[in-house]
Amino acid sequence: MTTCDDKAGSGDAGTGPSRHWLLAYPGAMLLVFFLGPFSIMLAVSFFHRVEGAFYEPGFELANYARFFSQLFVQHLGFSLYIAVLVAVVSVCVALPFTYLLSRLRIRTQTLWLVFLLSVLSLSEVIIAFSWSLLLSRTAGISNVLVWMGLMENAVSWTPGFTAAFLGFFYLTLPYAVLMLYPSVSRLERELTEAAQTLGASPLRAFFSIAVPVLRMPILGALILVFVFTLGVYLIPQILGRPEHWTLSVLITDQAIYQSNLPFAAALAVFLLLTSLALIALTLAIGRRRVLAS
Amino acid sequence: MSRMLRNVFLGAVGLFLCAPLVVVVGVSLNAEKRLFFPPEGLSLRWYGDMVTQSAWRDPIENSLVIALCAGLISVSIALPLAYAMWRHRLFYARVLYGLGIAPFMLPPVITALGFMIFWASLGHYGRLENDIIAHGIFLVTLPLMTISLGLESTDRAMVEAARTMGANERKVFTTVILPMIRPYIISGYAFAFVLSLNEYIIAYMVAGFTVETLPIKIFNSLRYGYTPVMAAVAVAFVAVALLVFGIIGRYGNLPRLLGRWSPERQ
Repeated sequence: MTTCDDKAGSGDAGTGPSRHWLLAYPGAMLLVFFLGPFSIMLAVSFFHRVEGAFYEPGFELANYARFFSQLFVQHLGFSLYIAVLVAVVSVCVALPFTYLLSRLRIRTQTLWLVFLLSVLSLSEVIIAFSWSLLLSRTAGISNVLVWMGLMENAVSWTPGFTAAFLGFFYLTLPYAVLMLYPSVSRLERELTEAAQTLGASPLRAFFSIAVPVLRMPILGALILVFVFTLGVYLIPQILGRPEHWTLSVLITDQAIYQSNLPFAAALAVFLLLTSLALIALTLAIGRRRVLAS
Repeated sequence: MSRMLRNVFLGAVGLFLCAPLVVVVGVSLNAEKRLFFPPEGLSLRWYGDMVTQSAWRDPIENSLVIALCAGLISVSIALPLAYAMWRHRLFYARVLYGLGIAPFMLPPVITALGFMIFWASLGHYGRLENDIIAHGIFLVTLPLMTISLGLESTDRAMVEAARTMGANERKVFTTVILPMIRPYIISGYAFAFVLSLNEYIIAYMVAGFTVETLPIKIFNSLRYGYTPVMAAVAVAFVAVALLVFGIIGRYGNLPRLLGRWSPERQ
């Protein structure tokens, strides 16, 4: 581990040891409050695995071994399923949207970005609550359909899979747009314009030029939205049913309501490693892109 | 034709993103207590209840204190770190930078559980300052990224010029660097502030049973059914986010902050 009194820095500007002092405070904060909790969590998940697995029956037994339990497999399965589904749908909508957005005037773009950031920063509680209203029987969208004569009676569409999916999609769409925005807005405009000059329709220029050029950023965005979806916590609880619980809900449930910290810690370590591996993959993709250009 | 198609598509996405917010605004103005949309009679009384009833005012105060302080912690860690990395290119600054970027990229439940176990093993469970530190660390990524962006667009020759003219490191930082990256520091603080205000799971697991923040309060009251005050609070959240990001958009360069290259660099 690197510490703050390390003199091996290859600085080429500034003099004296004062530059090392600059990092004392941020270094201490991150080591104590970021690595600290993570190390303790890791220890808890391992410690009990050895101790509990041999001595205590019931809840305390469950750690890494419990990964093979039906409870875990079911929630993991649903988490992966919804994360893949949401990532694909979000990126498929976000890509053309971001492409069109990045071609608007800067002022209009800024307005959209303000709106997207506002939606993105909204608490999951607020989003889930808003959607539960929108899909409710008394205040929801089915009233509009009844009023238009398309439906007989107003109905409630929440909770259920569709409601949960809409919530997920709503939450991840602005995220997907902002993940795609840097690379899409840097796409050489000349490329698609050249294609159009040569007779391609704007739609064709998008699919035959923009999409292939952007395939690596698209892959990166898919992975990041996937990881983001794994972290969603309240949407499945408010808009879904217990079978729609994701891994994040399971971890909290185990930690707080089942008082099974070791199992929760083991689950969190699993989620951590999975996410880290995926993020590393995204960074590797990004690096290859930089090298290629 | 293609222009119309474009506007229809953009409009559809905008409508989708607006729809739930419109309903929330609608029901928050309902004069009646029951949930109904469109509103039957307009009234602002639920907004009044939000700030006068202590059941709602206390969580508002908690959330504001946490968000204001957590933003300060985030910036206080991010500023020296980003500066050290840019100015001195130390190896371990890079490692720490990676540590600073990590928490926000990971599912928040990991940070939440980590801090829950951390404070529990220190015997310091359920305090307001736990939330502040947890949010400060979790959100450090945001000012770290905006400040780094600001430093990247700063001309290193200006530092050299100031040094040649006899300014020491401290003077260079306060008179040359700080004024130039100030907008990026403020944006980073604003991002951290808004996200802390909206954060649920970390606040819940770290101190949720003793320190009620606004998102926790909303979720708790959702379990007991609907009250219009929840809708009013939700509207207030949207308004705060729009206001903060609107100000950044108005006075800063939001497209650049979010990764678009500025025209002069293209």
